[in-house]
Amino acid sequence: MPKFLIWIAAIAALIALPHGLSFSQQEILVFLTINVLLVASYRLLTLTGEWSLAHVVIMGVGAYSSALLTKKLGVYVPVSMLLGGVVAALIAVLLSFPLFRMKGFYFLIGSFAAGEIIRLLWKRFRDPFGGAKGIKGIDPMPDFSIGFYQFDFFEPTSYYYFAGVIVAFCLWILWRIEKSPVGLTFHAVHWQDKLAQASGVNVRAYRTLAFAIASGFAGISGALLAHYVGTINPNAFDIDLMVFVLTWAIVGGTATFYGPILGCVVLTVLNEIVLRELGLEQMRPLVYGAIMILSILFLPNGLESIVQKLTKRRAANSAPERSPAE
Amino acid sequence: MTDFLEVKDLTMRFGGLTAVDSLSFKVAHGSIHGLIGPNGAGKTTTFNMISGFYKPTEGQVLLRGEDISGLQMHEVARRGVVRTFQHSTLFAELTVLENALVGTHMPFRPNIFAAIIGWDKEDRSGAEARAKEALEFFGLDHVMQERAGDLSHGHQRALGMAVAYASHPDVILLDEPFTGMNPEETRQMMDLMERLKADGITILIVEHDMQAIMGLCDTITCMSFGKFLAEGGPQDIRNHPAVIEAYLGGARHVA
Repeated sequence: MPKFLIWIAAIAALIALPHGLSFSQQEILVFLTINVLLVASYRLLTLTGEWSLAHVVIMGVGAYSSALLTKKLGVYVPVSMLLGGVVAALIAVLLSFPLFRMKGFYFLIGSFAAGEIIRLLWKRFRDPFGGAKGIKGIDPMPDFSIGFYQFDFFEPTSYYYFAGVIVAFCLWILWRIEKSPVGLTFHAVHWQDKLAQASGVNVRAYRTLAFAIASGFAGISGALLAHYVGTINPNAFDIDLMVFVLTWAIVGGTATFYGPILGCVVLTVLNEIVLRELGLEQMRPLVYGAIMILSILFLPNGLESIVQKLTKRRAANSAPERSPAE
Repeated sequence: MTDFLEVKDLTMRFGGLTAVDSLSFKVAHGSIHGLIGPNGAGKTTTFNMISGFYKPTEGQVLLRGEDISGLQMHEVARRGVVRTFQHSTLFAELTVLENALVGTHMPFRPNIFAAIIGWDKEDRSGAEARAKEALEFFGLDHVMQERAGDLSHGHQRALGMAVAYASHPDVILLDEPFTGMNPEETRQMMDLMERLKADGITILIVEHDMQAIMGLCDTITCMSFGKFLAEGGPQDIRNHPAVIEAYLGGARHVA
């Protein structure tokens, strides 16, 4: 039961968290929550061994679709967010046809090119994408009340709770997928695609499945972002943010589910609190680059390897007679 | 015994090189069939064409009368023809049990929606039972939780076969299963193959180890330079003049 208590304590801490922060920090907390979903969905894609550079643009696809659906068709906002995810997943399925003719490094470059094409389409076509200026005045999430709490979405705290619940639910789904036979098949495709195929696995279909699911959740995170900031433009989803996602994933480590999330949280806290206090936030790319190089050199398995060491030691101390097979 | 797997005028050209030249042979249901030949005879190429790894330039592979040549490897596998690989091709980073679970992919096809909701408990326990059964069959149940990459060579080879066996195949294609095994391991592996045969599984082996092949196979097809050379029981092949010439030829270094 102590595990149960830890969960309750963690949820209570997450609920209490925004009340100890300043307004601008609360805003950052909302972005952090959205980025956690972005980086966690990215990990699902890396399970099959492919690293894409289009993930942030796919997030943008979710943001644009959700924004346009509400603006042009008047779709109710939470529904449009879900549809944004669906559109992002469908675009990923379309992209998979040219992209999955490639593997590894070639896939990486191909995905970058595909992402840039989508981004340039947004810039080129003023109708409906609003050109380089993007879309402004996106409908916010309508306020509602659940009895004991009044959601007022001009307050970052409210949006944090709202996004937090959605992100937690999405993370739960991603976790369930990863721990299922489907997740095992993703691993199999990654480590030995030939043997997986000889066992009857349709490797191409599973790669596409992972790409589509990851993109769908990235799309939802994009939609969450769009309806929070109220304005999106092509440059919000450029390669800079993609490099940050890669940095979070690499510094956190991609061997476990929580690794990339850990990387995202730690680096965001470092950036927003430490660097901002020192007045160095303009140097974020420099600092991130240095952290990435240092972590590859000295912590090749990411921050998660530290956590694994600590939890293993604790487990060994508390139950020395347990076999490691457990 | 009926014609079960038939190779008909199979040809494979790599540019100007004809690796396999209109090869034909038949594998009877429930038999152990050996495919032998000196190095470079085109055995592995033939094997790769049957399993769907290569698409043959010409010719057909017939399974129960259905042409399966040119199908993708997973499509061939779903028709019941499962292969193993030369060397120890395994999911080295996964545990032994997880390796076998991947092998159960076909009988217990994962469903993503059922997996999220948690409605696939029966399938999961079924797959686990089947995986454990396969591991027990090959004597690997005591190393179930170890990383596959940490196993000894003999165990890795056995695991490769267990992964194939876990999928309830009709035909297992074994690519040099005895390579790097000591005589004791070879003998144990031969016993296991006899038991697979008793289970009704048809086995096609490509192998260099003559002793194992002669002791195990019901029928042997011998190839040389991509062409059919001879076919028959172990005794016929052992004494076949063309086979002896192909193997011993002018040079004395025997494969």
